[in-house]
Amino acid sequence: MEIDKYLSPPSELDVAEGKRINDLFAASQQPIPDPDSWINEEIKRNVWITSADYVVDWARSRSLFPLMFGLACCAFEMIGMATSRFDIARYGMDIFRWSPRQADVMIVAGTLTWKMAPAVRRVYDQMAEPKWVIAMGQCCISGGPFRESYSVVPGINRIVPVDVYVPGCPPRPEALIYGITRLHQKIVKESIKKA
Amino acid sequence: MTTALNAEQVARKINKAFPGVVVAADKAAVVVTSESLFKVAEFLKNTPGLDFDYLGDMAGVDYTDYFEVVYRLVSVTHNHSLVLKTRCYDREKPVVPSITSLWRAAYFPERETYDLLGIIFEGHPDLKRLLLWEGFEGHPLRRDYL
Repeated sequence: MEIDKYLSPPSELDVAEGKRINDLFAASQQPIPDPDSWINEEIKRNVWITSADYVVDWARSRSLFPLMFGLACCAFEMIGMATSRFDIARYGMDIFRWSPRQADVMIVAGTLTWKMAPAVRRVYDQMAEPKWVIAMGQCCISGGPFRESYSVVPGINRIVPVDVYVPGCPPRPEALIYGITRLHQKIVKESIKKA
Repeated sequence: MTTALNAEQVARKINKAFPGVVVAADKAAVVVTSESLFKVAEFLKNTPGLDFDYLGDMAGVDYTDYFEVVYRLVSVTHNHSLVLKTRCYDREKPVVPSITSLWRAAYFPERETYDLLGIIFEGHPDLKRLLLWEGFEGHPLRRDYL
C-alpha cells in the first residue's frame, strides 16, 4: 500500500498479539452453552454416591475462593461486596485470590473487549477444576450498550462457559451476593463424578 | 484560569510571518494548511510573547468531506491557550506533519488518531496502532466505517 512507508514496521510481539486476538475472534462467533448437567443430577443420583456428593458439594460450596477479574466500573461493586460493609466472609469467601491456580470461582466484572479476551480465556484455563464463572453486569453478559461495537465481546459466554449471570448496570453488592448464593445452590446439586 | 487567546489576533501574527498559510480564523480557533502546520507550530512555540510550551490536548475529527486535526496549545509561561486546527481532504491518504519533535506529548495522541481515524502523521518516530490490535481491519471512528 501507498501509506505503508509512513508506518513503522510491525514488531513481532504486536503481530503475535494481533494473531491471537483474531484467532479467538474467529473461533468465538457462537456462544458457548451454559453448563446445565446439574439440572437433571437429582434424578440420576443413586443412593450410594449421594452421601459422598452431599458432603463434597457442601464443603465446596461453603468455601469458594473467588478470583477477581475487574474490567470496568462493576469492579467497584465487587470490591464493595468484598469489604466490611457487605462482607462476603460470611459466605466463606474470605480473600480475593490474585492467582488463578488458587481460585475456583471467577467473577468477571465489567466490559470485556476483544483485546482482553485472550487473557480471560487464559486465566480460565489456568484455574484448577472444579471451576465456576459469574458474569457480572450488563456489558459482561451481553455486551450491553456496546454490543454492536467493533471492540467489545458481545457476551462473555463466547469466551468461557458461564454459570451465573448477575444483571445490572452495575449490580448492587447485594445482587452479587444473591448471585453467589444461587451459585451455592447450584454447586450442591452437582455430582462429583462430573468434575 | 488560563485565558484563551483571540485566535484572530494570533492569525494576524502568523500571516505576517508566513503569508497565505491561514485558511480560516475566528475568535475560537485558527485553521492553517496541513503543509505549513509544522512551521506554524514551531513559530507558535518559539515566538516570544506566544511561547506555547505545552500541548494540552490533540484530537482528530471526521467531517465526511475532510479530516480535521485539532491541537490545544497552552503556554505555562504566560498562562494562555490557543486552538490550532488543520484540515486534509484526501480520504485515501490523509497526511499531516507530526509535531512529536516539538511537543513530546503528541506521541500517543498521534498514534491514537492514526489508529481510530487513519490520519497519517509524517515524521512520527513509531507510527502504529495504539488501542486496537495489529491486523484490525479499518479505522473505526471514520464516518464510513461499517
